[in-house]
Amino acid sequence: MALDRWIALVFVALCCVYGYAAFFTMDHLLPPILQRNPVWPSTFPKILAIFGIGVGLMVLFTKAPEQKDGEADESAMTIARLGEYHIGQALALIGLMIAYALLLRPLGFLASTILFLTIGAALLGERKFYILVPVAAIGTFGIWYLVQEVLGIFLRPLPSFF
Amino acid sequence: MLEGILIGLSTAVTPFNLMMVVAGCVIGTLIGMLPGLGPMSIIAIMIPVAIGIGDPTSALILLSGVYYGAIFGGSTSSILLNAPGVAGTVATAFDGYPMAQKGMAGKALTIAAISSFAGGSLATVLLMIFAPALSSVALLFHSAEYFALMVVGLSAIAAFAGSGQVGKALMMTILGLILGTVGEGALSSTPRFTFGILDLQSGFSFITLAMAMFALPEALFLVMNPARSAEQGSGKITGLRISRQEARTIAPVIGRQSVQGFFIGVLPGAGATIASFLGYAVERNLATKEEQAEFGKGSIKGLAAPETANNAACTGSFVPLLTLGIPGSGTTAILLGALIALNVTPGPRLMTDEPDVFWAVIIAMYIGNLVLLILNLPLIPYIAKILAVPRNYLIPFILFFTLMGSYIGQNNSTELLILVGFGVCATILRFANYPLAPLLIGFILGTMLEDNFARAMQLYRGFGFLLERPMTLALLALAAILVVLPSYRAMRARRRAMREQGVAEGD
Repeated sequence: MALDRWIALVFVALCCVYGYAAFFTMDHLLPPILQRNPVWPSTFPKILAIFGIGVGLMVLFTKAPEQKDGEADESAMTIARLGEYHIGQALALIGLMIAYALLLRPLGFLASTILFLTIGAALLGERKFYILVPVAAIGTFGIWYLVQEVLGIFLRPLPSFF
Repeated sequence: MLEGILIGLSTAVTPFNLMMVVAGCVIGTLIGMLPGLGPMSIIAIMIPVAIGIGDPTSALILLSGVYYGAIFGGSTSSILLNAPGVAGTVATAFDGYPMAQKGMAGKALTIAAISSFAGGSLATVLLMIFAPALSSVALLFHSAEYFALMVVGLSAIAAFAGSGQVGKALMMTILGLILGTVGEGALSSTPRFTFGILDLQSGFSFITLAMAMFALPEALFLVMNPARSAEQGSGKITGLRISRQEARTIAPVIGRQSVQGFFIGVLPGAGATIASFLGYAVERNLATKEEQAEFGKGSIKGLAAPETANNAACTGSFVPLLTLGIPGSGTTAILLGALIALNVTPGPRLMTDEPDVFWAVIIAMYIGNLVLLILNLPLIPYIAKILAVPRNYLIPFILFFTLMGSYIGQNNSTELLILVGFGVCATILRFANYPLAPLLIGFILGTMLEDNFARAMQLYRGFGFLLERPMTLALLALAAILVVLPSYRAMRARRRAMREQGVAEGD
């Protein structure tokens, strides 16, 4: 089964769960006064769940249009060529983003961002650290200065234990 | 009116006010480029400065300069990085980013600047002529019409339903609508589908979703397939100028979209986002078949339409603000606050009581648009150079900016995890050839659609509003036509092709 069919299947499953939540778990929580409204908070989700299951099944069972030859160009991304791509780098960067999200508060904006930019570039193969680290530091500090000092949006610059 | 223009000129064209226009445009453009800071937040940030000036005219001139600048700046990040920071510029990324990918970033930015300028200026002319009359029309729009208008906006997804993609586009729209229902429910403010997570109480944030759907998958693709960036990395930014023929192609688009965008902008609550989606959908339907195939792959028409429409709509949104004192969007609501703080009460009497404020703002809009064009055209080559930054530096910075975009808005690091999660899902969807724009359209319009539908149902105690309000019915019919027409056209073309083939075989 092709990837898009799998996604359609997951989507149908999602709609079933969503529909279950909309049909059976929401209405009894509604205060009596709101029950007199013609549209309940669950009305729209119910409609969506039904449509979603219908459309999902449609995508799941209709025949996929055949790919014309000659349409494939170098930059088009297809799952068939997954092996040729730098999957490792992409996964590493995703991991790095998650780490950044978790460390942003405890480590402070300046340190975590400099680390993020440096490690990110290093993962992509940059080895000239004498250029990279200053660039990351200047970029980080510039953004921090603009956002916090000029615009007044607070970004905790230093680790939280300071 | 001539008298008014003269009053406006005499108050707006002073060295100090001109400086305010320039300053506003520069600040707006520069900050607007950062994804995550839309016009609303920038204006909110600038309010203390504006109130500090003391003179309401200068303050309003500064703020409207910031407004225009921010909208233009926002389209820069959509075109160059596929990272729309404002809902109104999502449609710009549909064709702007493919153009940048083909190495035509400079041209795309030029077209964006010119269409913004033309949209803004033409809409200002309309504002001048129609403002008093339109204020009463805007009030005719009730929630029933808004509901219908959102449905028309949703029909824009037809533009993304390529051959054999109708089901996929619909599926993504429904997914977007489903994501839109997370958070507080229609008219009741009871949380739903939040799984008890407090951070989801207010729903997913638009910026997080936009970054996750557009910017993150693109950045990950750049990582996975270096060949993808090679064509733009090596290519110099050439062809800044648009040719005479291209100008001729986009001129009618600009004309139509200025008018359409302006009138949509006048309606309180509709605003630049719907104007841009509708503009895109309408222009795609009007285009010839060859041009239609270009849409989504770097069509200059597809870029000019939303850019013109969103700027025209921004100008249009000043109509209810200045004539009725009703803020039609978040941005104009903040402007209203600023005006009241400066002891000017917008409303029907503004034009008679304080004509100098009213007309000075209109003149400042012209000047602002012009300044924006003059400032930005020479800057475009430098802005477009962002793409020439080595890949090893560019990608971490893009990722960082997408993360910042969703972090600044909420100051909440859970948002970053949501962003990464959605980003990964979006990348998988992109691999499976699902169009992601419908998801975002569904998400943006879904909440408004549901609220207005609920309100209309409540007011009319059922579906009566469909029959009682002819405008609603007309708009819904328009939506149906917009959806059915393209597929009818495609079917007819296919049948004709088949017939021709049959003849050929018969021979």
